[in-house]
Amino acid sequence: MTRKRLRLYAVLSGLAMLGIATALVLSALSDNLVFFHSPSDVVENSVEAGQRIRLGGLVEEGSVARSDGTVLFAITDMKTTIPVRFAGIVPDLFREGQGVVADGQLDGKGNFIASEVLAKHDEKYMPPEVADALKRAGHWKEGEGPEGASYK
Amino acid sequence: MDTYFSMGGHAAYIWPSYLVAAVVLIALLIASWRAVRAREAQLKTLRHARRGGAGETE
Amino acid sequence: MHRFANPTRFLRIANAVLPWTGGLTALLLGVGLYLALLNSPPDYQQGETVRIMYVHVPSAWMGMLVYLTMAIASAVALIWRHPLADIAAKAAAPIGAGFTIICLVTGALWGKPMWGTWWVWDARLTSMLILLFLYLGYIALVNAFDDPNRGYRAAGILALVGVVNLPIIKFSVDWWNTLHQPASVIRLDGPTIHPDILLPLLVMAVAFKLFFITVLILRIRSEIAAAKIRNLQLSLARG
Repeated sequence: MTRKRLRLYAVLSGLAMLGIATALVLSALSDNLVFFHSPSDVVENSVEAGQRIRLGGLVEEGSVARSDGTVLFAITDMKTTIPVRFAGIVPDLFREGQGVVADGQLDGKGNFIASEVLAKHDEKYMPPEVADALKRAGHWKEGEGPEGASYK
Repeated sequence: MDTYFSMGGHAAYIWPSYLVAAVVLIALLIASWRAVRAREAQLKTLRHARRGGAGETE
Repeated sequence: MHRFANPTRFLRIANAVLPWTGGLTALLLGVGLYLALLNSPPDYQQGETVRIMYVHVPSAWMGMLVYLTMAIASAVALIWRHPLADIAAKAAAPIGAGFTIICLVTGALWGKPMWGTWWVWDARLTSMLILLFLYLGYIALVNAFDDPNRGYRAAGILALVGVVNLPIIKFSVDWWNTLHQPASVIRLDGPTIHPDILLPLLVMAVAFKLFFITVLILRIRSEIAAAKIRNLQLSLARG
C-alpha cells in the first residue's frame, strides 16, 4: 500500500514540476509565441523600417482601394491605424471590418508593404438570414459583427 | 444537383475534408476488427494445441 | 490466472456493450452527415466551407479527449499497476492519432480558402501538431521493447509528460495572438454559434465519441488476446 502511495506522490509531484517548468518557459517565450503584432504594438515599440513582422488587426471601414493589381487598405486596432500596400490577391474573407494579418515590413514613411495577406475570421457562426435580420434590427457593431452574440 | 456538389465553389476543399475523415476512420475500424479476429483465432488454436499436447484430456 | 480476472470481467461487459455503441455510432453518423451536408445553412461569412467544421472541430476535440484518456490510463497503470490500464492506453493511441490527423488535414483544407494559407506556425496549429508527434512517440515507444511491460512504463511516462500540451492547445487562442479564432463552443459565456449550425456539430461530436468507444473496445480485446497468446506461448515453450 505504501509503495502505491509513494508512486502516486511521485507522479503527482512530477506533473506539478513539469507544469511549473512549462509555465516558466512559455511566459519567457511569450513574445516569440505571438503570431502577429497590433498597429499600437508596432508604433509603441517603434519597429524599424525593413524589419520583417506580421501586422494584425481589422481592415478599416472605407479604406480599401484597388489599382492595377495593388490593394491599398489600412489595418486598425481602433487606437492606431497603419496604411498597407499589397500587390497580390487577397483571400475570400478579406473584407472591410474583418480581421486580417499581413506579413511584410514598414517602408520608413509610415506605410506597411505586405508580401502576404491572410484573413482572420471571428468565432461567430450564423446563417446569412440571421446576420441580415440582426443588421436590420441594429444589433450589429461595425468591425465587431453581432454584439454579444452568444446562444445560451 | 450540380450546384449542390459545387458547394458554392468550394467543392475542392469541402469534399476532400469528408473523404479524409472517412478514409482514416474506416481504416482504423477495419484494421482493429481484423486484428481482433486474427488474434482471437490464434488464441483458440493455441489453446487447442495445449489441451491436445497436455495429453488426452478430451 | 488472477492477472486476467479483471480483463475477463471487462470482456464480458465490453462484448455486451459493443453492439449498442456500434449501432449508435452508425445511426448518429448518418443523422450527423445528413444535418451537416444536406440540412444546415451556410455561414454568413464563410459560406459553404463552414461544413468543414463538422468534421474538423469534433476530431480536434477527440484528439484531445483521447489523449486525456490515454494519460489517465497511463497514470493508473504507473501508480496502481492495473494491467488493463496499460492495455487501454496502448489501444487508444492510434485512434487519437487518427483523429488528430483528420483535424490537421481538414484544418489545412479549411484554412486555404478562408485564411488564404494551408498552414501557419501560430500557437494553436503548432501545439496541435505537437499532439500528433506525442501520439506517434507513444506508439513508437510502447512497441520498442521485447518486454511489453518496459514499453508500457516508458510510453506511460511520455503520455504523462505530454499532458501539459492539452491546456496549451485549449488556451493558445486566448493567451497569444493567433491566426486561429478563439473558442466558439466551450466558453464561459455560452457558444457563439447559431443553433442551426451548432446542432450538426454536436451530433457529429457525439458520433465521434461513440466511434472511439467502439473501436477502443475492439482494440482492447485484441490486446488482451495478444497478451494471452504471449503467455500461452511462454508456457508451451517451457513445456
